[in-house]
Amino acid sequence: MTATGRLNWLGMILPLALVLGLELWLRTAGIVTDILAPPSQVIVALIGGLLNGTILAATLKTLTGAFGGLLIGGSLGMLLGIVFAVVPVIDRAMEVTVEALRPIPSVALLPVALMVFGFGYGMEFAIVGKSCFFLMLILTRSAVRGVEPRLREVARALRLSRAATTWKIILPASLPRLFVAFRLAASLSLVISITIEIAVNPQGLGYAIMTAQQALRPDLMLAYFVWIGLVGLCLNAGLLLAQRTLFGRAALTEEAR
Amino acid sequence: MKSVMVFTWAGRAASFAVAACVIWIWQMVANSGAISPLFLPGPDKAWASLQRGFASGVLLRQTFGTLQHMFFGWLVASVLAIVLGSMIGMYPTARRAVTPLLEFLRPLPASAVIPLAIAFMGLSNGMATFVIAFGTLWPMLLSTIHGFSSVEPRLYEVARALNIGRLETIRKIVLPSALPDILAGMRISVTSALILSVVCEMIAGLDGLGHYIMVSARLYRSPDLFAGVMLLGAIGYLSSLVVTMAENRLLRWRHRGH
Repeated sequence: MTATGRLNWLGMILPLALVLGLELWLRTAGIVTDILAPPSQVIVALIGGLLNGTILAATLKTLTGAFGGLLIGGSLGMLLGIVFAVVPVIDRAMEVTVEALRPIPSVALLPVALMVFGFGYGMEFAIVGKSCFFLMLILTRSAVRGVEPRLREVARALRLSRAATTWKIILPASLPRLFVAFRLAASLSLVISITIEIAVNPQGLGYAIMTAQQALRPDLMLAYFVWIGLVGLCLNAGLLLAQRTLFGRAALTEEAR
Repeated sequence: MKSVMVFTWAGRAASFAVAACVIWIWQMVANSGAISPLFLPGPDKAWASLQRGFASGVLLRQTFGTLQHMFFGWLVASVLAIVLGSMIGMYPTARRAVTPLLEFLRPLPASAVIPLAIAFMGLSNGMATFVIAFGTLWPMLLSTIHGFSSVEPRLYEVARALNIGRLETIRKIVLPSALPDILAGMRISVTSALILSVVCEMIAGLDGLGHYIMVSARLYRSPDLFAGVMLLGAIGYLSSLVVTMAENRLLRWRHRGH
């Protein structure tokens, strides 16, 4: 964003003012509340939770649910996306089915998954998998279709078989865009898994923040809120960094769509 | 050219045939009893439940509830995004001041704000509106900021040369130029508005399809559950269709050759 490279001091003012204002307001006005906690107490709760391991254990469960679903749904979606792009006949034939199933909001399947799998990882894998499947399917299909046509001509000139063309030419050429798709699916998987845990599944960060709210522990609730934000931020930043180091500018151009 | 047309129609027909086949297989599996009808009702039963629900008016009310949550949350977020986004987008200093905060809030799973909203507002419709507005605001705000900050600088020069006033410049030059970005943000947000409405209804027991399918699942009334899921799919499809059509219509002037 800011290409200057030095720290954006101006940008620090707003978050700091928010935190300090909240602290001062709650301290000086002498408000006793079950809803809000001064930021200093939130930090204490956050450090306490991190030290006794509860926050990390919950994070591990959430990430397991997210990445398990991402792995299952994402890889299936990617495979099918490649097939759809390489064999247009299948793509055409499946169009109505895919377009009928895709707009079903993932959380609408929550009650179904609850009946079939009960509480636990099963339902989380299923719902996260559904979201990642369709996202990867659509993005992979357009990534593979977007491969430079001349490369296909080269493959034809070399008389490569369809499988060899896919493996040796199309996949390497669409790899940067596939990674962008993977990055988007990974952030989606975290969002969906926390949503599932907040709605029904009694495990992980989403359940922990709901319990903290119901136990009237605003300090712990806000600590989880900040922590969830940090986890999301780190995941995104890590994936962006990986994308930049692995693919450099090749993936960047696709992003500015 | 004609053969291409025939191919398109054949493809469309084949594609519907495949979908019909999938429904037929679903029916066969349900009839065979391999999967307990408790979990998987046939499409006939789900369809019957859908008709029954609309005849008695129950489903109509729930559908209306979900649409209402979606729409109001999305509307609040759209208005906020356009007002805040235009102010932030047009002034680089304001942009520098809010960017770090926005970068933190954007990847935050929107549903994480639900416990906070419940603490403040209880299990109410206001809570749902707040959560949906919060969840859909960031993508809209970021694309609006992008739209307002990337106005072709020469257009400003033209405005100055033509001696157009500040408000007039915004109305005639800046807004049309930022419109594609604003609308794209609004389109993307519709999907998350639907997801968040369903989640809020589930948690807070508000009138809507999210609550309806949850109760149906708890009572093991799976035809009702599947009817609700089908309706939600239809809402998802139609809402994004309507917004895309509105977008194309509003941006029609762009395609009429500059």
